Amino acid sequence: MKTGNIVSKLYDSKKISIYMKNIRVIDPVRSLDRVMDVQVSDGVFKLINDNQEIGVTSCIKELDCSGLWLIPGLVDMHVHLREPGEEYKETIETGSQAAVAGGVVAVAAMPNTTPPNDTETVTRFILDRAKACASCYVFPVAAITKGLNGQQLTDMGNLVEAGAIAFSDDGNPVMDSTLMRRALEYSKIFGVPIISHCEDKMLSADGVMNEGKVSYELGLRGIPRIAEQIMVSRDIALAKYTGARVHIAHVSTKESVDLIRKAKTEGLNVTAETTPHYFSLTEEKVYSYDARYKVNPPLRTQQDINVILEGLHDGTIDAIATDHAPHSFLEKDIEFDFAAFGMIGLETSLAVSLELTRKGILSPAELIAKMSTNPAKILNIPFGFLENNGYASFAVIDPEEEWVVNNDDFYSKGVNCPFEGQVLKGRVKFTVINGRVVFAREEYSWLAK
Amino acid sequence: MAYNRKDLLNIRDLTPEEIEHILELAVSLREINERPIKKVPTLRGKTIIHLFYEPSTRTKMSFDIAAKRLGADTYSISTSTSSMVKGETFLDTVKNLEAMKPDVFVIRHSVSGVPQRIAALTSASVVNAGDGTHEHPTQALLDMLTIKDFKGTLKGLNITIVGDILHSRVAKSNMWGLTKMESEVTLCGPPTLVPREFATVPGVSISYDLQKAIQNADVLMVLRIQRERQKQSFFPSLREYARLYGVTPEKLKNAKDSLLIMHPGPINRGVELDPAVADGPRSVILDQVSNGVAVRMAVLYILAQRSYSQENNGGEPL
Repeated sequence: MKTGNIVSKLYDSKKISIYMKNIRVIDPVRSLDRVMDVQVSDGVFKLINDNQEIGVTSCIKELDCSGLWLIPGLVDMHVHLREPGEEYKETIETGSQAAVAGGVVAVAAMPNTTPPNDTETVTRFILDRAKACASCYVFPVAAITKGLNGQQLTDMGNLVEAGAIAFSDDGNPVMDSTLMRRALEYSKIFGVPIISHCEDKMLSADGVMNEGKVSYELGLRGIPRIAEQIMVSRDIALAKYTGARVHIAHVSTKESVDLIRKAKTEGLNVTAETTPHYFSLTEEKVYSYDARYKVNPPLRTQQDINVILEGLHDGTIDAIATDHAPHSFLEKDIEFDFAAFGMIGLETSLAVSLELTRKGILSPAELIAKMSTNPAKILNIPFGFLENNGYASFAVIDPEEEWVVNNDDFYSKGVNCPFEGQVLKGRVKFTVINGRVVFAREEYSWLAK
Repeated sequence: MAYNRKDLLNIRDLTPEEIEHILELAVSLREINERPIKKVPTLRGKTIIHLFYEPSTRTKMSFDIAAKRLGADTYSISTSTSSMVKGETFLDTVKNLEAMKPDVFVIRHSVSGVPQRIAALTSASVVNAGDGTHEHPTQALLDMLTIKDFKGTLKGLNITIVGDILHSRVAKSNMWGLTKMESEVTLCGPPTLVPREFATVPGVSISYDLQKAIQNADVLMVLRIQRERQKQSFFPSLREYARLYGVTPEKLKNAKDSLLIMHPGPINRGVELDPAVADGPRSVILDQVSNGVAVRMAVLYILAQRSYSQENNGGEPL
C-alpha cells in the first residue's frame, strides 16, 4: 500500500474540522449540485453555504477546494471480504481500508466465506470483527440456504436479528425454483431483499468465459449469455408471482437489461445492479489468457456494454456495485481453466464510473445516487446522505486527477485488478464517516493527524 | 527474415508469408531425413526443453527427432500435474527452467493458453505443441506441407474438416492456416460440435451433412472423436456418430478421385475412419507423420537461430 496515506479505524479516527472553500457539493438527496463553501467542525456540518461572506471560525483550517467534489460516502452493496476463512485473500480490515480509499463508507459483505454466513454466529463474528478493526461500516449479507448448497432455508429471522441486512447465495444461485419461491415469500416478513446471482449452473457448467467467437477461438469453455437471461427471467417471474422483491446482482448482458426494464414497466418490485467491469471491459481482454479477466458472470461484448449504459441512463439499473472479489496469486497466476473467478474493484470503482459522467450517460448527481443513495435504499440502511448519526459522512474527490493503476499500491490484498496499468481519471482525496477522517491521501494526511 | 517472432503460439496471428517461409524451409531441410547420417550441426549448443503437461507420443517424438537431427541438446519433462502437487504453479516451474538458460521451450498443455502465458514470461522461444482446445500450429503446418506436396498448391482448394471441431486444436489451426492460404474450408460435424460462429471467418462454411461436404472436396481431414463427448451429450452414441460422420468407402463413392484423406492420429479405427479408408490409396496419413519432423525442424531452426534480446517479450505482467 501507499506510504504517506493515512487510513484509520472507524471508531478511533480523528474528528474533522475544516473550512472548504469553493467545493462542488453533489447531494442527490437534496438535488444539490453547486459550488459553495462548507464548514465542518468536530465532525459536524456547521455551514453549507455559497455566501462566501460568512466568516471562518478562526481555529479551523481553511482549504481552497476549487475543482474538488464533495459527495455522500459511497455504498457498495456487493463485496467479498473473505473473512472468516480466507484471510490470506482479504480481511475485514484490509477490505474496509480498500473501501474508504475508494470513497466507500458502507459495504454489504457476501456470505460465501468459510464457513459461510448462514448462522447468527458468523453474522455476529463479522460485525464484531468490523467493530474491532474496520475502517467503514460492514453490513453482513446472509446465505439464503444453509451451507449455500441450495437445499434448505437459513433461519432468516434469527439472522436479521443478528444484523443481516439481505440474503444471497451469491456465486451459488438457488437452482431449485420452489426453494427460491419460498425464500422470496418468507423474506417478506422482514422486508429485506433477496439478492440473486442469476446463473443457470447447468448451462454455464464448467465455462470460464463468455461463450462466443472469442471463446471458440481461444479454446476456452463458454458461459452462454442465456445462463444469465434464463435465471433473470425466472426470478422476475417469481417476484411477480409472489409479490416479493428481488434484487438482480451484477447484470452483464443486454438481455438482462431488457428483462429488468420490462419488469419495472410492469411495476414489479425488482431492482438491479451492475459493476464497473461490465460497462468498461469486454471479452476481448481474455485474448491475453490472463486470469485477471476471469470473472463470473464473464466479461461480455461491446453490444452488452452499450445496452447496460442505456440501462444505467434510463434508470433500469439502480446501482453500481463492485463485486469486489479478492484473490491471491495462487488463484490467479495459474492456468486460465483452474483460476478462480473474480476481480477487485473497491479502489477503482469511482474512477471508472466517473467516465459515465464524461460520456454524458449520467449526470454527476445521478452517478453518485447509483453509488450511494440507491444501494442504501435497496438495502434499507441509513446511508447515501451527507450525514449519518448527525455527523458528516462524505468523500472529497478530484474528478480530474489522473493516476496509473498499480495493484501493489492498493489496500486490498487482492492481486486481481483488471485495470492494472491503465490511466484512470478521478481520485478520492479523503473520506469521512461519523465525522471522522478514516482515509486521507498523502497530501491531506494532516487532516487525520 | 520472413519470420521475426520470438515464438510460435498459434496460426491465427501468422501471415501467409510467414507460413510460406516455414513450409519452404521445411522442404529444404527434409532432405536431411533421407541421408544415411541424419544429423547436421546447425543447432549445436542450443538447448531445447520439451515441457509436456499432457501425454503425447508422436508429437513429442517428432519434436525430439527434429531437434536432435539439427544437433540441439534436448531435455524433456513429462508431467501431468506434478508441479501443482508440489504446490508450485507452472509459472514457478518455468521460472526455474528459465534460470537454466534454455533456448527453446516446446510446450504441450491440456489447458488452452498456457504456452502463451509462458511465452510472455520467458525470454526463450516457445513453441506451442498443442494447448487444450486452442491450437496446434505445427500440426497445421505439417498438414499444409502434405497438402502442398500432393496438390502442388494451397490456393483454391476445397478442404473439408470433419469431426469434433469445437474441441479440436488441429481443426482450428488448420482452419486459420488454410483460409490464410486462400483455400475454402468446410467444417463438418454435428451442430453440437461445430460452432456456428466460425461461419463468420472468411473462407469458412459449415455443413452438417458429410456426403455433401465430401462431394467437392480436394482434401478430407478426419478428426479423432473422444468418447467422453458422448457422456456430455454432444452426440448420443459412438455408433450413431460413426453412422453419420464416420468416413467409410460408401460415403466416398461420389468423392473426387484425387481426394486426399488425412488424420492427425491416433485413429479410432471403425469410428471416425473406416480401416479400409485409413489404409486405402487416398490416405496420406503416414506422409503427414514424415512431414511432421521436417516442419518441426524448420520451426526449431528459425526460433533457435534467432538472436533474441530480453526486451522483446514485452514484459507483460502476469
